[in-house]
Amino acid sequence: MLRVQNLTCARGGLPVLADVSFEVAAGEVLILRGPNGIGKTTLLRTLAGLQPAISGEVSYPDDEGAYASHADGIKTALTVTENLTFWADVHGAALPADILETFDLADLRDRLGGTLSAGQKRRLGLARLGVIGRKVLFLDEPTVSLDRFSVKLFADWLQNRHLAAGGLAVIATHIDLGFPAPELDLTPFKASLDTGGGTDEAFL
Amino acid sequence: MIALLLRDLRLAIRAGGGFGLGLAFFLIVVVLVPFGVGPETALLSRIAPGILWVASLLAALLSLDRIFALDYEDGSLALLATSPLPLEGAALMKALAHWVTTGLPLTLVAPALGFLLSLAPEAYAYLLISLLIGTPALSMIGTFGAALTVGLRRGGLLLSLLVLPLYVPTLIFGAEAVRRGAEGLDPTGALMLMAGITAGSFALLPFATAAVLRINLR
Repeated sequence: MLRVQNLTCARGGLPVLADVSFEVAAGEVLILRGPNGIGKTTLLRTLAGLQPAISGEVSYPDDEGAYASHADGIKTALTVTENLTFWADVHGAALPADILETFDLADLRDRLGGTLSAGQKRRLGLARLGVIGRKVLFLDEPTVSLDRFSVKLFADWLQNRHLAAGGLAVIATHIDLGFPAPELDLTPFKASLDTGGGTDEAFL
Repeated sequence: MIALLLRDLRLAIRAGGGFGLGLAFFLIVVVLVPFGVGPETALLSRIAPGILWVASLLAALLSLDRIFALDYEDGSLALLATSPLPLEGAALMKALAHWVTTGLPLTLVAPALGFLLSLAPEAYAYLLISLLIGTPALSMIGTFGAALTVGLRRGGLLLSLLVLPLYVPTLIFGAEAVRRGAEGLDPTGALMLMAGITAGSFALLPFATAAVLRINLR
């Protein structure tokens, strides 16, 4: 369902990754590995369409991609339920009845976003993915600041709900999610300095 | 799109500041002017249209940098950009929310403050109409400026410099309409031109704003 061919992507006008190719079928997860700064975030943002690729092709069904990063997009002045309802409305979806239980947010439903701890915010950010009902997820370090129990909650949701429903996910992470998944090490794709395409933009 | 508008309005009410700041600024300026220029009613009523328009323009300017900055910082802007909501629509809703929280309250209190400046009685209707037609343009142009400077640290100064020249035509025609109304002349021409600016900015700037946001999100 997701196909990436010879993708070259840039950060700040300089190419970081060159000729990345992979395919992810429905119901599968691909874990991106690689040292800090290799370009995992850049790759995910390019896949999600937030920045243009220098060359190469990315194809997945229209209007099925969703992106989640370190910033969860949580409004501190809205409650947990209001935050989720907003994203459900924007995506024209209904709020699943059990979403708060799935991410262990039921006790927090009327708390303001600003009063949540970092881990609770993260769980709320991940719950958004369950609300918007998109099939192709690009997740950048989804488990940052989660405890072991919450990581398991997330992994369970990913396996039993998202993947089981025919979704797929590309995840950049440094930890083990607790289920077997193919990994892609980005180190061999590191762009050499003379990879073209970025120079123009650097001077603009 | 309505969801975004409602969320922004709710945030403006809950977070305070949003509603009150522009209104308080408007009130302070208009109340202080008579102290500054003296209590001479003839002079005050002559400068009232200009003062009211300049004050409402500056009050609208005050909250512009918050339009996109908060959403950019907490990551919602990137999430909105990948949502089914077109960015053009998001830009329009942001401008609308800004107008409802600043332009509309300013318009509604302006007649009361016109009284403090002994505005000519014939001019009240035109003050209300000109602000009603003109302030949406201020919000839309300001939204475009906010999109240009989103992600910049201390972008507020640059934002004011970018936006102020674009505000000038609205200010000229707005104040002119009220002045002509006060002097018993026909203000239709000025009102029409101002309505043209508003219509034009709402037709073009959502697209420009969305394009600029896409570049700034890279």
